[in-house]
Amino acid sequence: MSLTGLFLITFLPVHLLGNFLLLAGDGGEAFNVYAKFMTGNPLIKFISIGLYAFIVIHAIQGVIVWRVNKAKKGSRYAVQAKNTNWAASNMGILGTIILVFILIHMYQFWLKMKLGWIPPVTIDGVEMSNLYATVSGIYSNLFFVIFYVVSMVVIGLHLSHGFQSAFQTLGLNHKKYTPLIKALGTGYSILIPLGFAVIPVWMYLAQL
Amino acid sequence: MKLTLKVWRQKSKDHKGNFENHQIEASEHMSFLEMMDVLNERLIEKKADPIAFAHDCREGICGTCNMVINGKPHGPMKGTTVCQLHMREFNDGDVIVIEPWRAAAFPIIKDLVVDRSSFDRIIQAGGYISVNTGQAQDANSIPIEKDVAAQAMDAATCIGCGACVAACPNASAMLFTSAKVNHLALLPQGQVESSKRVRSMVKQMDEEGFGACSNTGACEVECPKEISIENIAAMNRMYIAAVVGQQDQV
Repeated sequence: MSLTGLFLITFLPVHLLGNFLLLAGDGGEAFNVYAKFMTGNPLIKFISIGLYAFIVIHAIQGVIVWRVNKAKKGSRYAVQAKNTNWAASNMGILGTIILVFILIHMYQFWLKMKLGWIPPVTIDGVEMSNLYATVSGIYSNLFFVIFYVVSMVVIGLHLSHGFQSAFQTLGLNHKKYTPLIKALGTGYSILIPLGFAVIPVWMYLAQL
Repeated sequence: MKLTLKVWRQKSKDHKGNFENHQIEASEHMSFLEMMDVLNERLIEKKADPIAFAHDCREGICGTCNMVINGKPHGPMKGTTVCQLHMREFNDGDVIVIEPWRAAAFPIIKDLVVDRSSFDRIIQAGGYISVNTGQAQDANSIPIEKDVAAQAMDAATCIGCGACVAACPNASAMLFTSAKVNHLALLPQGQVESSKRVRSMVKQMDEEGFGACSNTGACEVECPKEISIENIAAMNRMYIAAVVGQQDQV
């Protein structure tokens, strides 16, 4: 769980940096060029296959751990005192919501791109899919804007436990460095989802 | 002070358990176990079946007493066992819910008493030093850094009560096993066998049916000896090195 989780953590900032091109204010030119590069580059293709595999493995591991641990606890307490934070004991629920989010998210953009359902646009004489138009179309719908923002809150909670937990599992715990890792994890789990959440909100407001 | 107790009653591990309500008049100076003693005397006078609960030293050092009080292993006071908990921690009119440790690897024997022999078998798998190290040595004949000695001592304070397993939503025994692995591995007498020990003890822990650690940290919150989950990370480190290295076969 920790190794696949850490890989998925490193994917987020890369994805976020690319997505910030949506806010470039150039009518989507930079983003569309970037999207074409990402779909065509063989190295990116290779990494993305790894990414899909890691998502699937991480989810399968999660289901196994959840099922086994539930069986090993046996019965539950009638009264459950609060002795851990909410995210830590609800990683399974948070993870399931994230998986549903990923499926919807990939259907909305990735699948449409792969199937060529996205209308073309010509930039500097090169024809490419106008992914920017699709994105801004979806983000003109208030329902999807709220859906994306709420999903980012869920990812933030999942990261708030997952980030430091991965280090603990790998035995990387140290009097001096663990508080630093925990602070870094908290910062990461707030800033990255916040960055993602800004995009749909910004694009929605810009279209009002 | 007048209290209402909701106590878990269960004839054996194969019977279905349920809560039983009792009213009791207790003094605030009583320990929690003394309050239970008084309740049992009343039950015996009424020719009813007294509540089975485990206890031994009543000094907070043996790790025998075990009750989950209002959802907290060893009750609301931090860093103590049930026997060191006094009724002054409660208020007149309180409802107190008392349950046994809940974990598949700790089957219920009767009422609040659970079978913790799975812990004994983890110790038997490697929680010892194979050679006789003789009489106590002269002080400082083996120089050990203060930090290391303190870490070993902190890990060695584990009394094996099982509160970590009871608190863990996964019934994981990682805090117990790591405390035992570390207090031996940190000192020269125990270092020699540390690689073999960590593999055997973790293997036994898994065989006993304890869950996997998901780092919720509930164990260190409830541990009456306040053992840190740094021990778990240290054991993970040692385990990874032992499995990758395979210096000696189990």
